[in-house]
Amino acid sequence: MSSVFIALQANEETRPIIEAIEADNPQARVSREPAMVKIDAPGRLVIRKQTIEENLGRDFDLQELHVNLITLSGHVDEDDDMLTLHWDR
Amino acid sequence: MDMKTPEKKLGIKERYRYLTRDLAWEPSYRSHDEIYPYLAYEGIKIHDWDKWEDPFRLTMDAYWKYQGEKERKFYAIIDAHAQNNGHLNITDGRYLSALKIFLQAISPGEYAAHKGFSRAGREFAGAGTQVACQMQALDEIRHAQTQIHALSNYNKYYNGFHAFSDHRDRIWYTSVARSFFDDAMAAGPFEFMIAIGFSFEYVLTNLLFVPFMSGAAYNGDMATVTFGFSAQSDEARHMTLGLECIKFMLEQDPDNLPIVQKWIDKWFWRGFRVLGLVSTMMDYMLPKRVMSWREAWEIYGVENGGALFKDLAFYGIRPPKGWEDAGKAIDHMSHQFMLGFYQWRFGTAFHSWIPSDDDMNWLSQKYPTTFDKYYRPRWDYIRKAEAEGKPFKNFGLAKLCQCCQLPCVFTEPDDPSQLCHRQTTYKGEIYHFCSDGCQDVFENEPEKYVQAWLPMPQLFQDPVNGDLAAWMDWAFLTDGKDNGEYPGSGDQLNFDRWRGLATSNT
Repeated sequence: MSSVFIALQANEETRPIIEAIEADNPQARVSREPAMVKIDAPGRLVIRKQTIEENLGRDFDLQELHVNLITLSGHVDEDDDMLTLHWDR
Repeated sequence: MDMKTPEKKLGIKERYRYLTRDLAWEPSYRSHDEIYPYLAYEGIKIHDWDKWEDPFRLTMDAYWKYQGEKERKFYAIIDAHAQNNGHLNITDGRYLSALKIFLQAISPGEYAAHKGFSRAGREFAGAGTQVACQMQALDEIRHAQTQIHALSNYNKYYNGFHAFSDHRDRIWYTSVARSFFDDAMAAGPFEFMIAIGFSFEYVLTNLLFVPFMSGAAYNGDMATVTFGFSAQSDEARHMTLGLECIKFMLEQDPDNLPIVQKWIDKWFWRGFRVLGLVSTMMDYMLPKRVMSWREAWEIYGVENGGALFKDLAFYGIRPPKGWEDAGKAIDHMSHQFMLGFYQWRFGTAFHSWIPSDDDMNWLSQKYPTTFDKYYRPRWDYIRKAEAEGKPFKNFGLAKLCQCCQLPCVFTEPDDPSQLCHRQTTYKGEIYHFCSDGCQDVFENEPEKYVQAWLPMPQLFQDPVNGDLAAWMDWAFLTDGKDNGEYPGSGDQLNFDRWRGLATSNT
């Protein structure tokens, strides 16, 4: 199964988001590179609104991700509560 | 008494439906074909535009909100860069060459993409597609503007930034990117989507904006990191749009498969040739390097591109025709490019240099099978000639590839000791190519490429007429200032002196 990934800018806004992604995707590998953080996962990666909100301590609209998003791979499925990257159909 | 209950906030899917799909209408007094005249001639068959799904479901209101936030962040950093001697905080003045190539070759491409998406948004029929193209058109002009704006701060202090749009139109190494975008803009709307959405976004920008920008951060260039990541945050959406467009075409009709495959073959190779510039920027022009071109290719080319083609195999798509040749070129291309830049350094609006011992040791570590065998001996020879007071220069004019427009400096995929050269005769004229990939592209559409403007023939046309000094004037290139070697250049003298002023009080 191919990997999917998401890369986010390394900053104060993304720290709690990255922690949430790590918590929701135990199989994910987090690489901290200059100015960016790349998270790879085999086949599937989920980003959950609820986990981010718990970490952040405020409401979070998943589309706020666009502000600090650098790149991603895989098919994107998005609804109000969850953004999923995956290669399977 | 009536109690006012707050209306339930719309979910993302409903919001997308109301603010995107519901904006469209069925025409009543003009036919569909009259309104969208360019949808059929490429041969792509679409039966149901409503099957187009924008996976991000971004609506215009949300788009403005998040783009506004990105701009505020960007300009806060650009201000800080200008106020805090940002032009002196880069690791070394050599780094500026990478920025000059970026501004001359890539930023005008963003503007071309803007024009192309404005057109595609008009020419496509589905509301979802139109809105996505509209957003991308706005993104692309934002990228062109933020890049020019960020780099204008360097233009106040350094040479070679002053005439990027003319350099794009008139100098030889930029025409690989220029011809890529001209080719895309002269294509039909569906091919344009493969050219930009697949090749430029999926294949190119990950390699350009991610590891190179991370490298910019490593080299203290706050301004470039900021525009790079700010742009790339839009690219994630663009890549998704490009991928969606490919899937949409393939799902709509089985007859679309061979057409799409041909475009994937063509645009992969065209994009790969543009990447030659990026490989050189990464391997030679970053004084501090995050990763080699080879390592970046492993991640974003082999792994990510490979995953994409594995997925598209579901529809019968195979990896692009030039994929294997590309794999064989990875360990050679940056060295071949840099040797080309160095030997024709009189004609570049940036500086080049002979790599130091440290740089060469790094290169042989990163390219264990090729650097010491093929390229170190050439640099050693060049260095020796230089030490003897006979600097190596090539005032001959390069033979250009009729397709990618680069000088034919590449080697045979299976024999790095032989230059690769292909030619074909079309209507009595001979045309030259750097590779099988470029020859294939030409032979599929010869009438398009025989019309190409090429930088070398221009040298013998009005107003240059074969005179090098006249060419430099025409190309807005000041000899001894914008071009030539970095050691001893105005950029080096100024960078060293100003950095001294910035870090001492005398």
